[in-house]
Amino acid sequence: MSLSQDDVRRIARLARIAVSDDEVQESQSQLNQLFALIEEMRAVNTDGIEPMAHAQDVMLRLREDVATAPNRRDAFQAVAPSVENGLYLVPKVIE
Amino acid sequence: MVMNTLKQQIDALAAGTTTSVALVSECLKQIAAHNSQLNALITVDADKALAVAAAADAARAAGDTRAMLGVPLIHKDIFCHEGWKTSCGSKMLDNFIAPYSSQVAENCDAAGFVVVGRANMDEFAMGSANENSFYGPVKNPWNTKAVPGGSSGGSAAAVAAGFAAVATGTDTGGSIRQPAAFCGITGIKPTYGIVSRFGMVAFASSLDQGGPMAKTAEDCALMLNVMAGFDERDSTSLEHAKEDYTRDLNAPLAGLKIGLPREYFAEGLDAEVAAAIKAAVEQYKALGATIVDISLPNTKLAIPSYYVIAPAEASSNLSRFDGVRYGHRTAKTGNLDDMYEQTRSEGFGAEVKRRIMTGAYVLSHGYYDAYYIQAQKIRRLIANDFQAAFEQCDVIMGPVTPTTAWNIGEKNADPIAVYLEDIYTLGVNLAGLPGMSVPVGFASNGHPIGLQIIGNYFAEAKMLGVAHQYQQVTDWHSRAPQL
Repeated sequence: MSLSQDDVRRIARLARIAVSDDEVQESQSQLNQLFALIEEMRAVNTDGIEPMAHAQDVMLRLREDVATAPNRRDAFQAVAPSVENGLYLVPKVIE
Repeated sequence: MVMNTLKQQIDALAAGTTTSVALVSECLKQIAAHNSQLNALITVDADKALAVAAAADAARAAGDTRAMLGVPLIHKDIFCHEGWKTSCGSKMLDNFIAPYSSQVAENCDAAGFVVVGRANMDEFAMGSANENSFYGPVKNPWNTKAVPGGSSGGSAAAVAAGFAAVATGTDTGGSIRQPAAFCGITGIKPTYGIVSRFGMVAFASSLDQGGPMAKTAEDCALMLNVMAGFDERDSTSLEHAKEDYTRDLNAPLAGLKIGLPREYFAEGLDAEVAAAIKAAVEQYKALGATIVDISLPNTKLAIPSYYVIAPAEASSNLSRFDGVRYGHRTAKTGNLDDMYEQTRSEGFGAEVKRRIMTGAYVLSHGYYDAYYIQAQKIRRLIANDFQAAFEQCDVIMGPVTPTTAWNIGEKNADPIAVYLEDIYTLGVNLAGLPGMSVPVGFASNGHPIGLQIIGNYFAEAKMLGVAHQYQQVTDWHSRAPQL
C-alpha cells in the first residue's frame, strides 16, 4: 500500500493538523516507509486470536454516586488561552 | 559531585552527617556547572528547592523520620506538579503551569523529596533519542556528541551527571530502559498498572508506565516503594497489595533460571553489545544461575504492532490539545476549525505530527480492522510468547538495544531506523510486563551498554534483587562520566 499526497492531506485534515505542500511531501515519504514496515504484520494469520486491547484485564471500577473532586474552575481557567465570565472563548461558531 | 546514591543520602540524612540544604546545594552546583552543556533539565528553581530543603531540615530536627525527607529528586517533565511548568517537551505546553499534581508527584511530595528540577524529554514522550524536544536535544554525559536515548533521556543524563541520585521516568516502548542503557544507569519499567498514570501526560494509555531511574537497583527499589500504589483516580491502576520492593535485594541467585531468547541475539545485534551481555550472563552463572534457551518467536512483530497501537492511542489522547482550555493557541485569526489546525500545526513537532497522522489513518473507516485490530491480535501473540517463556525460566535476559548510543543527528533523516532500535523493548510494553536495564559494560567508543532483565507480572522485587546481586560483584553502575 502506498499513500498519495491526497491521502496525506486527508489524514492531516482528520488529525486537525495544517500541512504545507513541503510538509505533505515529507510526510508522504515517511508515512509510506512506516506503512511498509507495518505491512509485515498484516500478512500474519491471526484467525481465532482474541485482540488484546489492554495490558491488563482491567474493568472500570464503580464508586459511590457522590461528588469527590472540589470545584477548581478558577485554577483550571487560569491556564486557559482565553476566558470570560467563567467561559472558554473560541472564534465565533454561529453567525 | 553530589553524594552518589539515594541510599547513601538517606543514611547520611538519618545519621545527621549531612543536611537537605547541603545535598540540594550540591545538586544545584552540579546543575549550574553542567546543564548548559547537557541540556538535561528544562526547569530549575533553586530558590524553591532550597526553601523546601530548609523546611525538610527543620521538620527532621523536630522529629520527622520519613526516610526520603530532604532528598533531592528530578521529575521528568511529563508529571504534572502543581505550580511547576509541565511542558512535556513541547511548544504546545511551553506556557503550562500545572494547576494540580500527578499521583506520582503527590507520592514523592508526601515522602519528603525535594524537587530540584524538571528533566528534558522527547516531545510527548515520542522518540528514542531525545532529539525531538522543543527545548533542543539532550547530550549524553559519556559523550556529548551522542544522544542520551529517549524519551526519558533528560532524566537519565541528569542521574548519570550527578544532578540528583534519582529521577522519575516513563516507559511506553522502552523510554526508561533505553536511556538508562545509553547513559550507564539503572532503570525499571514496572508492571503496567502499579504506578498511577493520573496527572502523567498521556501518550499511549495502554502502554505508558512511570518508573524510577537511578544509579543502582537498590535505589530503584527504594524509589519504586514511593512511586507505586493503587490510585482510584486512574481507572487502569491495579488494586494490587502494597509491596516492599527491597525485600528480595539480598536473595541468593542459586537456582535462578535465566531465559535467553534466541531472537534477541540474532542479526542486527552489535558485536560489542552482544559480548557485554554474554559476559554479564557468565557472571550470573558464576553467582549460581542456570541458563535456559528460550524463544520469543513474534519478537519482530512487536515493531509493526507497536507502531499501530501507540500512534492510534496518541492520536486520541493528543486530540485534547486544541488551544481551547490550556496550552498554546495560534495568534492567527480564522474560524474554529482554522484555530484547531493552526494551533496544532504550530504547537506540535514533526515526530508528534507524524504519529498523530499515523494514528488517525489506522483508526479511520475502512482501515480499523486491517491495522488496529490486527495489531491487537499480534499483541496477544507477543504476550502469549512471554507467558510460554516464563513456564521455563524465572527471568528473561538480553540486550536493551541492538547498538550503543548513536551521534546526535545521525539518524534524523531516517525515523524508521530509530524505530528499529526499540526491537527488544517494545514487546515488554505490549505485554504489560516489568523490564529493567542494568549497566554491564562499555563499548570501545566509551558508550555504556545495558542488560535488559524482564520479569513476569509483579516480579519487580525479584528482578531488582537479581540486578542488585550483580551490582554487588561488579562496578559498572558506580562509574561516572568525566564532565
